[in-house]
Amino acid sequence: MNPTLVRWLQAPSIFVLLLWMIVPLSMTVYFSTIRYNLLYPERTGFIGLDNYRFFATDPSFGPALINTLILVGSVLVITIVLGLAISILIDRPFRGRGIARVMLISPFFIMPTVSALVWKNMLMDPNNGLFAAFSQALGLQPVEWLAQYPLFSIIVMVSWQWTPFAILIFMTSLQSQDQEQKEAATLDGAGFWSQFWNLTLPHLARPISIVLLIQMIFHLSIFAEIFVTTSGGPGVSSTNLTYLIYIQSQQAFDVGVASAGGVFAIILANIVALFLIRAVGKTLTV
Amino acid sequence: MAGLTIRNLVKRYGDVQVMHGVDLDIEDGEFVVFVGPSGCGKSTLLRMIAGLEEISDGTVSIGDREVNDVAPSKRGVAMVFQTYALYPHMTVYENMAFGLRQAKTPKDEIDRRVTSAAEVLQINDYLERSPRNLSGGQRQRVAIGRAIVRDPEVFLFDEPLSNLDASLRVQTRLEIARLHERLKSTMIYVTHDQVEAMTLADKIVVLRDGRVEQVGSPIELYERPANSFVAQFIGSPQMNFFTGGDVATGPAGYVDGDTLGIRPEHLIACDAGAALVSGKLELVEQLGEYALAHLITAQGSEFIAKMEKPPAEAYGDTLHFTAIPERLHVFSPDGLSKRG
Repeated sequence: MNPTLVRWLQAPSIFVLLLWMIVPLSMTVYFSTIRYNLLYPERTGFIGLDNYRFFATDPSFGPALINTLILVGSVLVITIVLGLAISILIDRPFRGRGIARVMLISPFFIMPTVSALVWKNMLMDPNNGLFAAFSQALGLQPVEWLAQYPLFSIIVMVSWQWTPFAILIFMTSLQSQDQEQKEAATLDGAGFWSQFWNLTLPHLARPISIVLLIQMIFHLSIFAEIFVTTSGGPGVSSTNLTYLIYIQSQQAFDVGVASAGGVFAIILANIVALFLIRAVGKTLTV
Repeated sequence: MAGLTIRNLVKRYGDVQVMHGVDLDIEDGEFVVFVGPSGCGKSTLLRMIAGLEEISDGTVSIGDREVNDVAPSKRGVAMVFQTYALYPHMTVYENMAFGLRQAKTPKDEIDRRVTSAAEVLQINDYLERSPRNLSGGQRQRVAIGRAIVRDPEVFLFDEPLSNLDASLRVQTRLEIARLHERLKSTMIYVTHDQVEAMTLADKIVVLRDGRVEQVGSPIELYERPANSFVAQFIGSPQMNFFTGGDVATGPAGYVDGDTLGIRPEHLIACDAGAALVSGKLELVEQLGEYALAHLITAQGSEFIAKMEKPPAEAYGDTLHFTAIPERLHVFSPDGLSKRG
């Protein structure tokens, strides 16, 4: 087919994609530069970067930014370490491996809202939760997880939800690892850890970077878990950027400031992505 | 360096027994080839020696030491794998040094051994390259180099040439023969290719269904196969088998029900009166150096005669052959050679 024709045939779908991206983006950018509060519809007009200043000087902004980074960072570490460990554990054939795999993957298919409710009401609840029952059985004071360790609780929930994703990706790529290489390493005297560092980890470099990038995109915008359980509290101790933007738009009704926060979140995501790609990019060359 | 002794070796996977009491003695410095059709257990036997498969019963001893419960890396064996199994994320140098590093060998000692092995194999120019930038033949050399640096008592080769193209295979075969000449260490080599077996081996072990069919030098197996399976497996084209009515007058000891085996290269054209076997000419393959005549007896047994030049007769004509008595193989109905 001639290249010009191909380009013309592709054009409509690319145009739709462009619209899909550019319209919300430009509207967000536009809203972020005007006075736009739903409570005061009469106050309008261009105000430059004031909305960004308001958002950045909000006392919740600093904690929210730090919470976001802690949340993303710890969930990434936990899911990748656990994902590696579990996928290696279930790589060898054993009785019931198929069922074990399905069960390990299943948390990924549960809606974040539902899983957050399960964690909140059935596991972490200080009166009726399973953890409280364990503590009482041991004669200990039940922990009020969501009140005492709100961010940690969110990290646990999100990690529980996303470890299966890491397991799924690592499990499939472990299947493609060359068994003779491992046998050669066994004959060379390499034990489990030596084989892990020298063969398995380099083999998994690419899947690990994929898991890192995909998870990062999703974790920067974690919302349901926070909304359902802690509502960003106590105080702002479990508020992340997404939740702060939500507060600005849906509780303060300030669309302008919320849009400025949205633009900031886009920039942050790009910066983090840039660093991550740089960091894992070096390992991607094999 | 050391010899190897295998006693009553058995391998079971669950209820399925795949190795049925193998006994084998391998002398120090011998080049031994395990040969047999696929699924005969030759690779399993090699892997049991290496320690990659568990031994269900019986013993493997290297030198005077029983190694059943010795870790693979402590057995003094090094293995060259069919897929080379080079470590893809390491350079050629690191690949060869890996085993020594695991054994905490001093750095200058590692350097000395890798360099000298690389020289032997002529791979010193690409020590810093990674395996994916090497050709198949070069990878093969690196895999052999990785075995050499460990200075093992026994080298194990698992079909090392099967991933190479035909010309490279011949070349690498010669190099392995030279390497053995040079290192004089015990080598065990698994292949399904009888040409490799014949050319490389001091001693061939023919396996079938987890049993040793015959052990002997290549020429012994060629001249005195213990049974019809070995007779068929060694030699190319395969030995011809004739039964009952195919044979005009059998040699001494040939009774009804026996099978007469004659190799294609041992059939001599003659006239009808002197014929041992006769057949209708079906096809001639001309190979320049010699011709292969495909024939079929009155009874319907197909056979091949290797001739210096293609026969003058037309397709469909009958040709007559004889052979000198020393070249005849008589097998009783159970397949065993009657020559003993």
